[in-house]
Amino acid sequence: MKTKNILGLVGLTAGLGFGAVSFADPADDKLVLNGDVEMVTMTTAPDYIDGLSELYSGWHFREDDTRAMQADDFDNPGYLGAEAARDAWATEDGSEGKACASCHNEPESMAGVRTQMPKYSEAKGTMMTLEMYINECRTERMGAEAWGWDDAAMVNMTALISSVSRGMPMSVAIDGPAAPYWEQGKEMYYTRYGQLELSCANCHEDNYGNFIRADHLSQGQINGFPVYRLKDAKLSSIHNRFKGCVRDTRAETFKPGSPEFIALELYVASRGNGLSVEGPSVRN
Amino acid sequence: MTFSRRDMMIVSAGAGLALVLPSGAMAATTDELVAAFTGGAAVADGGITLTAPEIAENGNTVPVTVDAPGASEVLLLATGNPNADVAIIKFGPLAGSFAASTRIRLAKTQDVMAVAKMADGSFAQAKSTVKVTIGGCGG
Amino acid sequence: MAQDAKPRVKVPKTAAAGEVITIKTLISHVMESGQRKGSDGNLIPRSIINRFTCDFNGENVIDVTLEPAISTNPYFEFDAKVPASGEFKFTWYDDDGSVYEDTKAITVG
Repeated sequence: MKTKNILGLVGLTAGLGFGAVSFADPADDKLVLNGDVEMVTMTTAPDYIDGLSELYSGWHFREDDTRAMQADDFDNPGYLGAEAARDAWATEDGSEGKACASCHNEPESMAGVRTQMPKYSEAKGTMMTLEMYINECRTERMGAEAWGWDDAAMVNMTALISSVSRGMPMSVAIDGPAAPYWEQGKEMYYTRYGQLELSCANCHEDNYGNFIRADHLSQGQINGFPVYRLKDAKLSSIHNRFKGCVRDTRAETFKPGSPEFIALELYVASRGNGLSVEGPSVRN
Repeated sequence: MTFSRRDMMIVSAGAGLALVLPSGAMAATTDELVAAFTGGAAVADGGITLTAPEIAENGNTVPVTVDAPGASEVLLLATGNPNADVAIIKFGPLAGSFAASTRIRLAKTQDVMAVAKMADGSFAQAKSTVKVTIGGCGG
Repeated sequence: MAQDAKPRVKVPKTAAAGEVITIKTLISHVMESGQRKGSDGNLIPRSIINRFTCDFNGENVIDVTLEPAISTNPYFEFDAKVPASGEFKFTWYDDDGSVYEDTKAITVG
């Protein structure tokens, strides 16, 4: 990683705008999980994404130590969440005397689920995220209380279910009944929000690779969620990260679990179709 | 796409997130901690290695490794933290090397420092400067 | 957070006599520094793991005193000599008096 680039947007140079700052290429590196599973962290963009030709996982925009931390489950503190959820998976909860394991056996039976999230549910007649499927199981089959979107138990469970799909390519459906949600998400992606009048695209499409102050802007891919953020020292959900981004534009943000963020999640997930599932990943 | 100068100044001024670690009234200084560890003996430079990133992506979790051949114990310090002490590592009879790695918190850009007590009673030290970045995106 | 503390240890299952092996340890713990303020504006009291030890068949490998500057989910990596088959014992000491232990057997063959 190039030291001088860190200074790119600090202080007076910031006044010159993004055009004048240094660009740091995504790190030229390969992610091999536990010395075994080769991950696709770079691939050609799907043709329905106009603004990108190449997709890069957020992993490429992090420093050496952070990248190494994710490459080994033991070194990855986010994996503690997946392990905690493995215990919860086998623990009965609610009035029906059921655990996740009662119907789904081992968590490994969930392999592939994360690649399709979010997904239109014919039964529910709506777009469903992983969190919504988990709560549907809890309330309708286990007789348990729904978890809050950002409860540790919920984020840990999404980490576990994501972890068993690691290495599989993201492949959310955007056609058929998903199409209107995708269009809504796309509209949001290019809409400028907040007092700073920034759209998602302003940072993550037009300026990935550049520095915004000392932050190396990524493409805002969500294939690595939930992410263990070094800043928070805990796992963070997709919608929680969306909320932070929108807040940083100085806008009133949407709520985690809101129809707006569900639509945005579908669109942003589709921008990463082809990248390996990485969750729980490690980011700054 | 255009960003006005004003927009960027706002981003620059407003987006910073500091690691808030206010100074404690009882904080021991680096010098005091080293003196307590060495009993006032002289400390030589070199002979031990302290590995830390040049730039820490986030001050909350900074990986560091100390390698002090022949040491019985090592004092690890973050000289710019409100409390400079980080850890004391004692190597037992079954230690396979005189090296250990951990992850530490750094409040700001500073020198991380290791002071090793050698088997012969002498002391050696090593320092490494770590730049702690303050990111633009709080999230 | 004491009830959430969960140790994780990585030790090879086998070694040659006298071999030096690498051990990694991680324990889930918030390591509350005592320097942060809560939403009510008051300092959140310090609550950390203050000591970590590793012994093999009763003999010490490493003994670490931890301060609040050690990150959340304390991580240590170090090397140990394995003179014979036996058991590694790992112990973490919490400010609140709790002690967390883990053991790993290793076979010398």
